[in-house]
Amino acid sequence: MAIFLNKDSKVIVQGMTGSTGMKHTKLMLGDGTNIVGGVNPRKAGTSVDFDGTEIPVFGTVAEAMEKTGANVSVLFVPPAFSKAAVVEAIDAEIPLAVVITEGIAVHDSAAFYAYAVEKGNKTRIIGPNCPGLITPGQSNAGIIPGDITKPGRIGLVSKSGTLTYQMMYELRDIGFSSAVGIGGDPVIGTTHIDALAAFEADPDTDLIVMIGEIGGDAEERAAAFIKENVTKPVVGYVAGFTAPEGKTMGHAGAIVSGSSGTAAAKKEALEAAGVKVGKTPTETAKLARAILAG
Amino acid sequence: MDLFEYQARDLFAKHDVPVLAGEVIDTPEAARAATERLGGKSVVKAQVKVGGRGKAGGVKLAATADEAVEHATNILGMDIKGHTVHKVMIAETAPEIVEEYYVSFLLDRANRTFLSIASVEGGMEIEEVAETRPEAVAKTPIDANVGVTPEVARQIVEAAHFPAEVADKVADVLVTLWKTFVEEDALLVEVNPLAKVASGDVIALDGKVSLDENAEFRQPEHEALQDKDSANPLEAAAKEKNLNYVKLDGEVGIIGNGAGLVMSTLDVVAYAGENHGGVKPANFLDIGGGASAQVMANGLEIILGDEDVKSVFVNVFGGITACDEVANGIVQALKLLEDRGENVTKPLVVRLDGNNAELGRKILTDANHPLVQRVDTMDGAADKAAELAAAAK
Repeated sequence: MAIFLNKDSKVIVQGMTGSTGMKHTKLMLGDGTNIVGGVNPRKAGTSVDFDGTEIPVFGTVAEAMEKTGANVSVLFVPPAFSKAAVVEAIDAEIPLAVVITEGIAVHDSAAFYAYAVEKGNKTRIIGPNCPGLITPGQSNAGIIPGDITKPGRIGLVSKSGTLTYQMMYELRDIGFSSAVGIGGDPVIGTTHIDALAAFEADPDTDLIVMIGEIGGDAEERAAAFIKENVTKPVVGYVAGFTAPEGKTMGHAGAIVSGSSGTAAAKKEALEAAGVKVGKTPTETAKLARAILAG
Repeated sequence: MDLFEYQARDLFAKHDVPVLAGEVIDTPEAARAATERLGGKSVVKAQVKVGGRGKAGGVKLAATADEAVEHATNILGMDIKGHTVHKVMIAETAPEIVEEYYVSFLLDRANRTFLSIASVEGGMEIEEVAETRPEAVAKTPIDANVGVTPEVARQIVEAAHFPAEVADKVADVLVTLWKTFVEEDALLVEVNPLAKVASGDVIALDGKVSLDENAEFRQPEHEALQDKDSANPLEAAAKEKNLNYVKLDGEVGIIGNGAGLVMSTLDVVAYAGENHGGVKPANFLDIGGGASAQVMANGLEIILGDEDVKSVFVNVFGGITACDEVANGIVQALKLLEDRGENVTKPLVVRLDGNNAELGRKILTDANHPLVQRVDTMDGAADKAAELAAAAK
């Protein structure tokens, strides 16, 4: 089952013909992803050879969907052009758009998120500024290394890419149903809550690991959601206890403003909702192991 | 990026938000000419990015140009809550204030939209008003794709119960303030107070603006707004090299890949430090996915140049990048620094995990650099780095 992405997903890549797009399209194909096309209006009608696999290039997302039945788009489009690309994906009503790009202006992401809502939420947006998502053994939509771990029964949702990899590595022997990197920007399309709800409903997921970081109140809201709606065990980790107030820590959204957005408040909220929160990534993995071992 | 008041004033003026005249100066003597240009009297306002400057004596009325020079002399160099005053604004004196209001637009992260906050009770912190008189604060979500049209502005004015005689003028301010918010790619534009003066006009007397650094690609003028005077020299040097670096006050230098992993590394080092005399992380430094020898060398150079650093913890999880490349990067970076004549004497603890970790670790073992120690778990390596920093303290 997994969430949002599986072996039947047909994936197109917006920005496939750029250097980052080329590199990661090749890697995604290597992980077994069913990539059915790329989108670039200036190269429509051509195709790109990836080690013997010919991937056609289409002029628009709508055309690519019509010709291939694609239902997922992964976007490697530079920040200045990302808004137009996401709006195009929304107009084409593709069910899932995974926005990898880092550095998109927040006025642009707020605009395309609002547009997706106005169009009836037919397109789920993951990201921006995220590593994408992987359902090990089935499909990989983004830049998460495909060989860290195997299929298994843990669901993972995280704001951070490298902490996603770290946690997948810590628990690589147990394996994951799906791992979703939701991104570190102030405005993101899919939240912890969306992923928690999907993992709760997924019969192939037994335990959920949730990774958060400073900034905003998404973790506090997730904690409230868990308390009311999640019956599966959730293990948490929050990064940024030592972050100073008012400084952006790498991710555009990772900033403590005054007393809001602190790691301590997030940990407290999660623990109050019954989530076991690890002090370090390794300790968090141990907590997950202990629960799974019964 | 938070702006100074005078920068906010300039942006408001650019987008037709009504403001008083004002110019920024950085020497006491310049206060004279600036005050004369305003007709012989002025308000001398310390430019610091912190509240409470009035109480701290950072805002003074000058009835003559001489007095302005005197105030500027006192205020320049003043310390306000840890912020040194490098600049003062010489502002036009406000006409008689009848009422003070509050208006702002900001990013509402939780609802992934923009928000208008308006109140007829301005002049104090809006958080305070929201606490004591929540009914006096009107919050209105703004659709990013519609914006603040005259109709939307009118709704905000009604929601906040602005008096009828200023309703049109406040609505006009809201439209121009929204224009500032959008066209400057701001995360926050705040006017407090928005003053109704004796003539009946409304004027933005003080304001705050915070800009989105991700929008710099289409806001070339914003670079000039950076506060180079107050920047930490190490942070400035890192920025020159496009490194994502934040100076902290501890002793363990940190290099890692990925914002989340680096934040986590800081925390893990701080925990480990509790057992080693309370040593703490000295910085945040994310060298990103590639971690080439050049980037590693640039990062190491910044960190080794920090006098507070007693040990360095390099924490890399090989994702797409293979650990053997990272290990080669570290070895080459050390050689590059030694070749440049840098004094490389601080111990490095390196933890490599993930893609090709075994190969990477072997490269470090074979290189056998006297300053480099390998510890293969994140928690263990953090403990070792903290121990070394404590020993060198």
